[in-house]
Parts: sequence; C-alpha cells; structure tokens
Amino acid sequence: MLLAQTRSDFRMRWRLPAFSLTSLALPILFFTFFGLPFARNTLPSGVSEGAYLLASFAAYAVGNVMVYGFGIGVAVERGQKIDLLLRATPLPPGVAIAAKVLTALIFSLFSISALIVYGVIAGGIHQGVATWVNVIVRLLAGSLPLVGLGFAIGYSVGPNAAPAVANLVYLPLAFASGLFMPMSQLPGFVQRIGPYLPVYHYGQLAWGAVGAPAEPLGVSLAWLAGYTALFMLIALRAYRREESRKFA
Amino acid sequence: MGSGTDTEPVVELEAVTKRYGAVEAVRGITLRIDAGEVVAMLGPNGAGKTTSVGLMVGLRAPSSGAVRLFGLPPTDRRARSRAGVMLQESGTTGVLTTREIVALFGHYYPAPMPPEQALALAGLTDKADARIGTLSGGQRQRLYFALAVCGNPDVLFLDEPTVAMDVEARRAFVASVHTLAGQGKTVVFTTHYLREAEETARRIVVIDRGVVIADASPRELMARVAAKRVAFSVAGALPGGVFEGLAVTALEASNGHVRFLTNEPEAVLRALFARGVELRDLEVAGADLEDAFLSLTRRGDAA
Repeated sequence: MLLAQTRSDFRMRWRLPAFSLTSLALPILFFTFFGLPFARNTLPSGVSEGAYLLASFAAYAVGNVMVYGFGIGVAVERGQKIDLLLRATPLPPGVAIAAKVLTALIFSLFSISALIVYGVIAGGIHQGVATWVNVIVRLLAGSLPLVGLGFAIGYSVGPNAAPAVANLVYLPLAFASGLFMPMSQLPGFVQRIGPYLPVYHYGQLAWGAVGAPAEPLGVSLAWLAGYTALFMLIALRAYRREESRKFA
Repeated sequence: MGSGTDTEPVVELEAVTKRYGAVEAVRGITLRIDAGEVVAMLGPNGAGKTTSVGLMVGLRAPSSGAVRLFGLPPTDRRARSRAGVMLQESGTTGVLTTREIVALFGHYYPAPMPPEQALALAGLTDKADARIGTLSGGQRQRLYFALAVCGNPDVLFLDEPTVAMDVEARRAFVASVHTLAGQGKTVVFTTHYLREAEETARRIVVIDRGVVIADASPRELMARVAAKRVAFSVAGALPGGVFEGLAVTALEASNGHVRFLTNEPEAVLRALFARGVELRDLEVAGADLEDAFLSLTRRGDAA
C-alpha cells in the first residue's frame, strides 16, 4: 500500500512542472549565478569556495523540495478537498504521510544529485565521490525539520496564500543562514540572528561534510531536533484545528 | 461477498443527533440497514441527508446517539475496508489518469476488483487513459462512482450520485446499482429525485428537517403520498364544509383560488360537483417532490 501510494504521489509531483521543474532546475540556476563565479576561489580556511557553495546550494535544494512540496502541496490538497475522500477510505493517514515524505526524499535525492554533478563539472571542483555521498546522506537524514516546516505552512494557510508564505518564510531563512553566500559576507545583524535559525544548523551538516569549519555534529542535530519538534507541534495544532472544523 | 453468515446490521443509527453550532442538522434518527438492502435517502436540500451519510461513514461524529458500521465505529479501519464511499463535495488530483487513480484506490482495500471492472461499471472504459483534469463534470461523477466500487466493498454509500449526470449516465447508474444489488451488496444513496429513488431502491427513507418522516418500500410510499395536485378557481366564496370527508391534504383556498393534494382526484372532483361547486380553470397534475413532502408532513402532523 505504501509502495502504491508513494508511486502515485511521485507521479503526481512529477507531472506538475511547477513543482518538478522548480525543484530540479532552480538550485542549478541559483548555483550558476551565485556559486560558479567563485567556484575556483579558496576560503581562508583552505576549503574550496566552490565545494562550500555547492554544499550550501545542495542544502537549499532539499529545503526547496520540502518547504514548497509540503507547504504548497498540502494546502492545495486541503483546498481541493482531496483529503476528504481519502479520509473515508481504509488508507491509514500514517501511510499517506509516509508516502509524501518518501516522495519528497526521492525528489530531493534527484535534485541534489543533478546539482552536484553539474557543479562538480561546471565548477571544476575537486572533491572525492565519498565527500558528496556524505553530503547527500547528511542532508537527507537531517531534513526532518524542513518537512515539519512544510507541514506547518501547509496546514496553517490556504492554497492561494501558500506559495507566498512559503517564499516569505524560506527565502529569508536560506539567505540569513548563509546558503546563498557565506555568513561572513552578510550584514552584521543577520550574522547575529543566523545562528539561531534552523536552516543555519542544517547548512552546518553540509559544510562539515566538505571539510569547512562547522559546529560539532551533535550540536547541529540537537538544534535540528528541537526545531523538528517545534514545527511538528505547529503543524499538529493546525491539523487538529482543521480536523475539528471539518470532521467533528 | 465476505459478509459471512452474520445477521448483524450493516448500518445502525441509534437516536443520532448532529449539531453544527446552533444548527441541528440531524434531530434524532434511528435507522437499521441490513445486508443486501438498497436504500434511498430521499429529501429536499438541507434535510440532513449528507450529514446522515457523513455520520454513517465516520466523516462526522454524532453529537449524541450511536452510529455503527458492521457493528464497529465507522472510523474503524476494518469497517472502512468493507465500505465504498462517494461524496458530494470532494476533489481529486487532475494529473493522474482515470485508470491510475482507480488502481491506486483499489490498493487501499483487502480484495479489490480489477480496475477495468470498476471502470466498466462506471461506464468509463473509453476514458481509462485520460487525465482526470480533462474529464467533464458528469464523467468526474462517474469516476467517483468507480472509486467507490473499486475496492469491491460490501456496502456502498453514495451521496447524490447522479448530480451532474445526463439522462443516459443516470440510466447507466441505475443499471449499475441493480447489478451490484444482484451481487448481494448493500447500497445506500441520497437523492432528491422521487423517481430515481423509486426506480433504484427497494426501500426509501424520507428525511425532512433532520428526522425520518417515512421509511417504506417505493410502492407503499407512493400509495401514502398524494400523487396528484389539483388546482382551480371559483367565482364566489366556497360553501363551508364543502371538503368534509374528502381525501385531500395540503388544502389552500384564498382569493378564489383553491389548491390541494389527493390520491383520488376523480372521486374528489365528482363530490365537489355534486356539492354544487362551480369551478373554472381546472388543473390536475402529478405531484412533484415538494408536494409529496407536503402531504407526508401534513399526514405526520395529523397523526
């Protein structure tokens, strides 16, 4: 059942160019503008700036899939009352959610794999395959808070507001967390706020994997676990509120 | 199939009420539906039909009273695995094909029918490879019917299944319900067409303002419902007591215009002539559903 649900979720996402195209092409496009010009530089820490930025944009790409996929996807499903008919079937809600998460993980994998292959070739970045595998594994495994953020948006806002809210939340988060340019190049007040943001600690997972200076893995994971709990709580509250309105 | 030897009712509602804020949509319904019954829930818009179905399939929780599906809470997965549901207000993705989504829904059930069979029952075979987004309103309605039957359930709940269907599709729907009933399935559907209820169901439950006002076979019901509406004008005032002892209901007389419902228009008119009523502009027409309700509720008041 999970397999069938995931397969059809994937089909649905794949056939929506607004989702599939943006999640695959946008990170490559952004890396071309913000990453490639600096790809052959070396950071003060001795790490290739290309590798550092490629890791950053990989983190951005996963968040892109999670925040937009769930944020807009769930809101649209609610708006079109797709959830209503599903609720009357024997499909357990847990399976429906697991299938969505699996689909998003597969899309994320496609998205960052394509980005990394492109970045390594176009930017002439020399890092071993093992490094990039490590980046992928860490980013997929640590994506839970972004899933939570997506669900929190998807259950809180309507289908028309969802794209705007997802952008307003995720783009500033990604900027202020140093995903588009290193933290050191951001305005002072942003540098002070950044370390409290979830995406900053998510980025640390990727930076640590390419050998850039990063906080200890345990610290990142603790922050991410805390934000996962917070976002899931917000999502659950919004879900319950809707539940009591629609189904009580 | 799969219902075994049990004689437990498929659906059981016990003194069920449902309130939405200040509005009481269902005001105490007690109802038992057994395996193999084909039941039409008939009533005007806002009568509480959709709420009743929502309660039966566990999309709504009762404010008081008890609802059971196969002896279980309707939200229980074991009960849902035996029920197919078609809702009035629901959507689905536009980007899958008809066959894909029917196959997907089949996966939710323990022993589904082949997708082709569900599509054939719904009359959608030639649209199997069409994207859902390209279907017309009537075809979409058939798709929801296919989704309801694809799990090969023991009971089907269909809320206003023929809305947006043309005459042809409606006829095909009636035939499909007869096919399913022939296989021993229980079918519960709502409608506000008296004729559709009469053609399709073996039992009609009439709901009005949240209560059951009649529960009978189509034949019994038609006998109880005043089948003709009679209207005419009179020149002067009607003599007092002129309708004494006549089988009429919903009698209205004002400004020289007289209207009533009756099962025996000939006998009533003969009596009126005999009593010296000079009538003009006589009209005798088949009662519509609204008239039928009027006569049922009037009868209920008198009892």
